[in-house]
Amino acid sequence: MTTLSTKWRSGLAYAGVVAVVAYCLAPFYWMLVSSLRRTGDIFDTTLVPSPLSFENYRAVFDPTQGFGRALLNSLVVAGITTVLALMLATFTAYAMARLEFRFKRLILTLIIATSMFPVVSIVVPLLKLFTDIGWINTYQSMIVPSMSFALPLAVWNLTTFFRQMPDELEHAAMVDGCTRGQAFRKVIVPLAAPGIFTTAIITFIAAWNEFLIALSMTNKPSMQTATVAISKFTGATTYETPFGSQMAAGVLVTVPLVVMVLVFQRRIVAGLTAGAAK
Amino acid sequence: MTEIPPEADARPAVQRPVERGRATAGAGRLAALLVSPALLVLTIVVLYPTLMALKESLYGPKGLDPETGFISATEPFVGLRNYAEIFGEAGARFWNAFWNTTFFTVVTVGLETVIGVAMALIMHQAFRGRALVRAGILVPWAVPTAISGLLWRWVFNSDGVANALLGRQILWTTEGFHAKVAVIVAEVWKTAPFIGLLVLAGLQMIPKEVYEAARMDGAGPARRFWHITLPLVKPALLVAVLFRCMDALRMFDLPYILVGAQKHSVETLSMLTQNEASNVRFGPASAYAVILFLYVFLIALAFVRLLGTDLVGGAGAAGGRRRGGLFRRREATA
Repeated sequence: MTTLSTKWRSGLAYAGVVAVVAYCLAPFYWMLVSSLRRTGDIFDTTLVPSPLSFENYRAVFDPTQGFGRALLNSLVVAGITTVLALMLATFTAYAMARLEFRFKRLILTLIIATSMFPVVSIVVPLLKLFTDIGWINTYQSMIVPSMSFALPLAVWNLTTFFRQMPDELEHAAMVDGCTRGQAFRKVIVPLAAPGIFTTAIITFIAAWNEFLIALSMTNKPSMQTATVAISKFTGATTYETPFGSQMAAGVLVTVPLVVMVLVFQRRIVAGLTAGAAK
Repeated sequence: MTEIPPEADARPAVQRPVERGRATAGAGRLAALLVSPALLVLTIVVLYPTLMALKESLYGPKGLDPETGFISATEPFVGLRNYAEIFGEAGARFWNAFWNTTFFTVVTVGLETVIGVAMALIMHQAFRGRALVRAGILVPWAVPTAISGLLWRWVFNSDGVANALLGRQILWTTEGFHAKVAVIVAEVWKTAPFIGLLVLAGLQMIPKEVYEAARMDGAGPARRFWHITLPLVKPALLVAVLFRCMDALRMFDLPYILVGAQKHSVETLSMLTQNEASNVRFGPASAYAVILFLYVFLIALAFVRLLGTDLVGGAGAAGGRRRGGLFRRREATA
């Protein structure tokens, strides 16, 4: 009796798991399948594209679309944002996790509160400012506002990682004659490398996905990031939305992230839940 | 006795070693040195623009100076007129955006919470294939919102797969209530798994013995869910819900791409603000930005007030002093 009921239970659990995975992946699968159809078959609703065609991918990299440049822009903006945010956040997070000082809770709460900020309310004044100083269509006009969400995210994640490391590590190093700074450089940073790396991935994904800032701060196609460029694809014929190439471009923008997620899923989950469940 | 109050789990708070607890002058100086760069940057990219927006919202557009009749090069000071206008004739678009924003937030966060909790319960049951599920569940989170907007526009296309499956001919991405539905479906798809992930993390921290004890006392699955699972995952769930609310209130990418700019039925406050700013009407745009900011702030404050210290401890990431026991256990096992 009991074996039967446990069998039923595990069967149900697996059916549930399949349903959850299908829910998460089906729309993404549809984007992938659609991107591999020929333009003529784009409205087919078969689950597998036949014949398989890479026509849409060729169309994406057509020089007139400037998609390669857009990918490069995304890489530059998200990359620099991540590096800057991590550098500043490492110091801050170390202080938050290891040092006792006045207003610590208040400062940390304020930093985290900024990540809940409506981005549009900083975009409006910065747009005006950047217009005045001629920064529109520059990388810095996208990187600087991006720090508003990247930095709090990185501080928060790193603080929880540093907290998980035992105090004894630095104490031992300091007993052995290191200064606090040396203990930090030689002991903490190398040991925190996995945490720093995880934080880097999460921050990079957030910056890579950014749309509103990039949309507002650029009006020249050559400076648009990938997310903005795709939303403005016109295709060869102007009468019909080029769904095929949009899907292909969408796959290209998403695949690096999905690969990162698949490879580092354990770490990413740890980072996300450590940040939010605390 | 089937109800186990969460407090029963809490150990005596504050178990930190003495060395960490002592605030010395040296530590203070070092902390100031380490923290100030980040604070400086946040001052420049958040505080300064916010103050600028406040100031800007009191100014009108450049144009004819009513007193001199000349075209003025500077923006005239109009006081609170930009705010007052939301109550006037021009306010219709603002209130529509305001209600859209509120509607999207309430509906999407509600659905996400229900679906997310259901997902977490399912995943908690499964023993094998957990890595696969975890990877799958992260995919919607990793897809950029802008891309998911395109993806769902394709699904909801008039000849798209949604209509093929439903056997209907609905023009989803045109004006009307169905456009709202399309935005809600797309938003829930992207974010429900994320809530599932956070709740799952909360579930995994509940010790098995609690359930065993409840089962011994004869509590059925429903009672175990309401009286054990829900109270114990509440802190994780509340933080997740708060964050989703903040995110939904500033929704921009999805309706902008899925349906389009300046669409009455899906225009949110962020979209309205961005549209005004891109049309160089900085005064009204700033006023809307300030109102949105206050709205977000008030909702966050209401959460903190309503839910008490749970959330402050959670949002402050300060180790959750009240619930120290619950969270510290995982730190120890991590």
